[in-house]
This record gives sequence, C-alpha cells and structure tokens, in this order.
Amino acid sequence: MTSIFGFSSAFLASAVEMVEALTIVLAAGVARGWRSALAGAAAAAVALAVTVAALGPAITTIPLNALRLVVGGLLLTFGLQWLRKAILRASGHKSLHDEDAIFRQELDQARAETARVRHGIDAYGFTLSFKGVFLEGLEVAFIVLTFGSAQRSIPLAALGATAAFVLVVAVGVALRAPLARVPENAIKFAVGIMLTTFGIFWSTEGAGADWPGSDLALLALLAFVGAISAVFVAVLRRAGAVAPA
Amino acid sequence: MTRLRAFGQFWWDFVVGDDWLSAASIVVAIAATAAVATTDVPAWWPMPLAAATTLYLTLRRALHR
Repeated sequence: MTSIFGFSSAFLASAVEMVEALTIVLAAGVARGWRSALAGAAAAAVALAVTVAALGPAITTIPLNALRLVVGGLLLTFGLQWLRKAILRASGHKSLHDEDAIFRQELDQARAETARVRHGIDAYGFTLSFKGVFLEGLEVAFIVLTFGSAQRSIPLAALGATAAFVLVVAVGVALRAPLARVPENAIKFAVGIMLTTFGIFWSTEGAGADWPGSDLALLALLAFVGAISAVFVAVLRRAGAVAPA
Repeated sequence: MTRLRAFGQFWWDFVVGDDWLSAASIVVAIAATAAVATTDVPAWWPMPLAAATTLYLTLRRALHR
C-alpha cells in the first residue's frame, strides 16, 4: 500500500513541478529562441542528474529509522507549506495558480531583456531556462530521493517521476503552450495532503513510536489530514475572501 | 563567505521557505514523540496533533499578514 501511495505522490508532485518548469522553458523559447531555451534545460537536466547520482547512494547508506526521521520531518515541512497555500487558494484567500498568467509575465520579462549572444546561445534565455528546470527539478529530485529511500524503493519513486516527465513533455510538445488546463491547484492540494500524511507517518516511526495497525494507519492518517484540510477550507470560505495575493 | 552564506540561504529558503513556524513546530513535535516513545504510553499521537495545530497556526498567521 505504501508503494502505491509513494508512486502516486512522486507522480503528482513531479507533474506539478514539471508543468511549472515547462511554462518557464516555453517562455524562454518563445521570447529568446528555442536553441538557448533547450540548451538551458538540457544543462539543468545534466546538473540534476549529477546531484542525484551524488546524493542517491549516500542516502541509502543511512540507517532506516534515522532516515525516516529526517525524511518524515522534511516531507512534513514541505507538505504543510503546500497544504497552507492550497487551503488559502481553495478558500479564496490567495489567487489561483494560473500558468497562462505566469507564462505571459515570464514572456514580457524575457522580451524586455537585451540580447547577449555567445556561440549562438542567448545568455538570458539559457539562464532563465536553466534556473527554471534546475530549481523545479531539484524539488522533484528531493521528493523522489526521500520517498524512495524511506521506502527502500528509489526505482519506484523514480518511475513515478519519469511517468510524469514523459506525460508533461509529450503534452507540452504537442500543444506548444503552457498547460493551463491541468488542474494544478487540485493536484497541489492532493500532493500537500499526501506529503503531510507520509511526513507524519515516517517522522513518528523515526522517532521510535509504532503505529497501531502498522501500514494501515496510513489510510486513517490520509483521512485525518484530508478532513482537517476540508474543515479549514470550509471555515475560511465562510469567513470570506479578503485579499488575494 | 558570501558564497557560503548564499549556499546556506538557498537551502534555508528551499527547506524552511517563508514558514519557519512549521519547521520549528515539527522539530518540537518530533522531540516530544521521541520522549513519549521512551515511556509505556503509546507515542503515535503527538505528530498528527502537532500537524493539525501547526496548520491552524500558519493559516492564522498567513491571514493576518
């Protein structure tokens, strides 16, 4: 069961990060040329692969309980941040994540910069694309490594991320437009709930406690985190939206 | 020194972000769980309780910013 949750979490978390990276690469490509944008994305992919290759084997040598304590704490930190933003968005207290609007904003900024071309590569387009892919990809790599290592199954988490990568890139290439129709806000909400659930589960085990029902406790935790999130959304909706930001 | 500071700042932003309260609460909750786990009392409950309380506090903080 933890394997299914792990795969789904890695897939969904990777998909939303990759949608965001795709938006940046598209903006860099349209405004500054595809050669620079694709070179930046490729360089970022290489940098990410080196980072994962260096960190991956090191992580698997850490004792399981210590690993679950650290990984659980980190996932819970990420999960609560995602959940807070998702609840604020769902209740109307924060504007929804809009890939179209972000694409237009990135495009305007990229077009305003003056060209500095070297060896046929525009420095701004390359850097914009590199930073977008590297930073979003680092989050994906972090989730895959932490999920995979805590479950002692990095390949399964990597498979989830790879499936998301193939899907997002295929749709992005087909459309050549930001993936505005992806229900990104709903996915982020689901990922927030999953990260928080796994974070609570593993940090508790890592701290030396046992769950009643062992892995079945994950289902109860998932329901608990989902329920309190729904309650917060309902309460904040009733309080009324104040200042979208 | 500036590069070291920038490196530290990057990881702080990456992990803690704009919400230090969550990170601090989680550390306290893990310590509480570890302390309860050394006794005969079941120790599975502090983390879910801390997560719910932290979420409430960070939402309240975000709304009052």
